[in-house]
Amino acid sequence: MREVAVLGVAMTKFGVSEKTNLEMFTEAGLEAMAKSNIEPKDIQALFFGNCLGGFEEGQLHMAPFVHSELGLPTSSPAVRFECACATATVAIRHAVLLVASGVYDIVLAGGTERATIMGTPLATRTFAMASQAQHEYGAGITFPGVFAMAAHMYSAKHGIPLPDLKRHLAEIAVKNHRHGAMNPKAHFQKEIDVDTVLNSMMVADPLQLFDCCPFSDGAAAVVIAEATKAKDLVDKPIYIAGMGQASCGALYLQRDLTRVKAREEAIRQAYSQAGMGPQDIDVVELHDCFTIAEVLAIESFGFYDFGKGYDAATKGETTFGGKVVVNPSGGLKAKGHPIGATGAAQVTEIVEQLRGECGKRQVESAKVGLVDTLGGDLGTVCNIILRS
Amino acid sequence: MTYPIPYAKYQENLREGKFIGLKCTKCGTVTFPPMAVCCECSGLNFEEASLKGEGTIRSFTVIRVAPEGRKPPYIIVMVELDEGPYVMGNLDGIGADDVDIEIMGKRVRMSTHTVKGDVYSLGDVIVPLFKLV
Repeated sequence: MREVAVLGVAMTKFGVSEKTNLEMFTEAGLEAMAKSNIEPKDIQALFFGNCLGGFEEGQLHMAPFVHSELGLPTSSPAVRFECACATATVAIRHAVLLVASGVYDIVLAGGTERATIMGTPLATRTFAMASQAQHEYGAGITFPGVFAMAAHMYSAKHGIPLPDLKRHLAEIAVKNHRHGAMNPKAHFQKEIDVDTVLNSMMVADPLQLFDCCPFSDGAAAVVIAEATKAKDLVDKPIYIAGMGQASCGALYLQRDLTRVKAREEAIRQAYSQAGMGPQDIDVVELHDCFTIAEVLAIESFGFYDFGKGYDAATKGETTFGGKVVVNPSGGLKAKGHPIGATGAAQVTEIVEQLRGECGKRQVESAKVGLVDTLGGDLGTVCNIILRS
Repeated sequence: MTYPIPYAKYQENLREGKFIGLKCTKCGTVTFPPMAVCCECSGLNFEEASLKGEGTIRSFTVIRVAPEGRKPPYIIVMVELDEGPYVMGNLDGIGADDVDIEIMGKRVRMSTHTVKGDVYSLGDVIVPLFKLV
């Protein structure tokens, strides 16, 4: 397999946008190409992520339309990926695999989503379409509901009284909002405190509004290339050190929701391929769709033993100057979560961190970064380790 | 191969108050709701197993922000049936504002209720409904 690098990366401002999915991805895609010092004709394939275009804009089969908006040649196939919230990371992983194997030399990958136009009831309904439709949606499960059940299981399994757990979870939201306040591309750039979280409306017991990431609009794109070509094109290529991806079925088959089996397998693959372990990671962009999700992730990565990661944010171990900086961008919580774009925005943040381009939220001398994206009811997890 | 207990048959069973799973002849695990392969060992040979419909609450939530077409608040529980399978359903007989984490580990009995389908679904669906015993 050939060595593979990331060249230019770009994301739109996340938040509420008046622009179409095509327009948002076009902005990100053209900027990523410009930063890579390449032209549309140099792109040999487009791996494009979008989840809910049919509901957002009445648009399926968006990839070929994006392809022509970007001026890509007819010889470059454009394919849509859909893995719920892990969509763009999975698209990027497949771009890396096909460049590593020699099928392509330069690929554009990423995604877009315009979730806010649906409004909360339809957005909640369509997001819940990533739950098992025949056996689980019938009960009325929602995404906050899934992680709410994980939080209750975590409290019971590890003997942590729920009020204590909730206070520590609130500290995660506070930390990620503090990081987001330093990110001009973030959906929310405002600091909050623990009371903001604990006084917010209940969404799915025990998770309150500020335990939850928002519905967001936005796009992100990255250029993936074979490493020698990358060195010719940009000053600081960022290399793919290891990747992993794994799958699980419906929640009734997963049982213990405090252990994300797909993540445990994906990170095992990524560490093994990179020849690295948790001690090697300087910075992480992980899938904090809900505060409890950040706890489950840092435990799966081996940063903490199972049942011991819940108070990491309270102790200041997951922010600047701590053990490992988790979600310097603000994470899904504050940066926002346009589901088809999220993974590409996580890769964008890690690449810019490893290039030292993050200004106020720069993680000092970061050399190795981890991207973690979870799709659906813990059904898909994709991890990518990058190094400078 | 033929799908052993298709969704329509599973729904018909629920409607008749029958909880029929599939017991793997190789490892003995019961898969419920039924699938074509054993959820434990991917085995393909089963015998039908009639479940008692009794179990223990392993987690729960109260949905207060509902999807389009659903009326909150309502309680969702994840129950471990005595024969082994986990199943998701609703909890009846107690108000949404009266449940708390103390219900984890409580014993329940399963029946069913009909939930109205929407334009995006296969239509009305028979869903497990639990009551505390």
